[in-house]
Amino acid sequence: MNYNWNWGIFFEASPEGTGTYADMLLSGLLWTIATALCSWIIAFFLGSLVGVMRTLPSKAANAVGTAYVELFRNIPLLVQMFLWYFVLPELLPQSLGNALKQLPNAPFYTGVVCLGFFTASRVAEQVRAGIQSLPRGQKMAGTAMGFTVAQTYRYVILPNAYRVILPPMTSEFLNNLKNTSVALTIGLLELTARARSMQEFSFQVFEAFTAATLIYVLVNLVVITAASFLERGVAVPGQR
Amino acid sequence: MLSNFDFGVVTASLPYLFGQGMVFTVTLTALAAGMGVVLGTLIAMARLSGVPGLKHVAKVYVELMRSLPLVLVIFWFYFLVPYIGAWVTGASNPVQVGAFSSALITFTLFEAAYFSEIMRAGIQSISKGQTAAASALGMTYWQSMANVVLPQAFRNMLPLLLTQTIVLFQDTSLVYVLSLTDFLGAASKVAQRDGRLVEMYLFAAVVYFAVCFSASFLVRRLQSRVAIIR
Repeated sequence: MNYNWNWGIFFEASPEGTGTYADMLLSGLLWTIATALCSWIIAFFLGSLVGVMRTLPSKAANAVGTAYVELFRNIPLLVQMFLWYFVLPELLPQSLGNALKQLPNAPFYTGVVCLGFFTASRVAEQVRAGIQSLPRGQKMAGTAMGFTVAQTYRYVILPNAYRVILPPMTSEFLNNLKNTSVALTIGLLELTARARSMQEFSFQVFEAFTAATLIYVLVNLVVITAASFLERGVAVPGQR
Repeated sequence: MLSNFDFGVVTASLPYLFGQGMVFTVTLTALAAGMGVVLGTLIAMARLSGVPGLKHVAKVYVELMRSLPLVLVIFWFYFLVPYIGAWVTGASNPVQVGAFSSALITFTLFEAAYFSEIMRAGIQSISKGQTAAASALGMTYWQSMANVVLPQAFRNMLPLLLTQTIVLFQDTSLVYVLSLTDFLGAASKVAQRDGRLVEMYLFAAVVYFAVCFSASFLVRRLQSRVAIIR
């Protein structure tokens, strides 16, 4: 096998003129993390809202929640990315569409919104499953105490449901983190994109991808460790 | 608002979109799912085997694949497969592998990790008493797997395996990053040639939605039919 290994490549200056290849990958990592965190905020709140709607007695709320989940789960993420980036500005009124196209860092904002809405549909399913896993008596007890529906959810159901679904939510968070790499198709310079451009500039394919792989594995480990601390921190003493 | 758009471009490109694009997507999905389930089952068996080295290799493989983004894995194999080919055949230069084979290898190996998690749960869902009974009857490990455990594990996990196949069908759109002509790739090529991004991407979204929505509806129907009442 004739491949010229050169692990020193990370400390050579990148053709962008602002630091080494290692800096390039690092800036990619920062974009990955920023995109993942910002989109997670949207996904968490929107997903919780949609998930709660699917458990409400109201038929209309149920239908809206179900429609949302089906719509965002049955279209590939890449297609959704293109819809937000290429199609949406054309469908809006012209001035607004032009403003969107000229937005600085447009791939970042588009990526965040797209991933947020996409992951929300997955979070919604987890939230719904968490709420439905609770004994019916909890909702009834809330009503018997004179709580309104909103109060029952706020003080009784959601605090319990979130604790139940913490492990699957961690894996949704990791999925969201990995999915940020799809945003490279609309020009977001995140980690995978940076590894790819490092490969294109330096021809050191395997060094670049090995580095990216190790970084992703490391980030995964950090998230899993943080989640297990969180799980221990929020656990209700004496339960389970 | 839609008066500026010309949906004629969609009808004009239908033979290309479905004849080439969709055929590529469906072939890739079907082959990768079939091979991925077989490989995934073997990985799951390795993880549950209790053989020290084998068990750990399988676990590391699954965990590694599951912590990487598919896009990165696609790039990895795109560059790695020619070298593996050279290594296997003993050639001195990287072997040229077609784009389709490269994509097929990537998706098979990547999805095998996810299928193996499903099959692991499936194998574990079969009570220990059954394997014990099988060995009491004098069956070897492979006989009890093939005749007792796996048929039930497949049946129990069929809905999940099919749901994962729908996910795989959506994921194949990511071969776009290698400029292959799958369904989305075909739509994208027409879109860029004719400057009709809006029409083509909306159409692609509608088609993907229709396929995946009806497929998951059928899976739900199937789920209620094959479920074993315990």
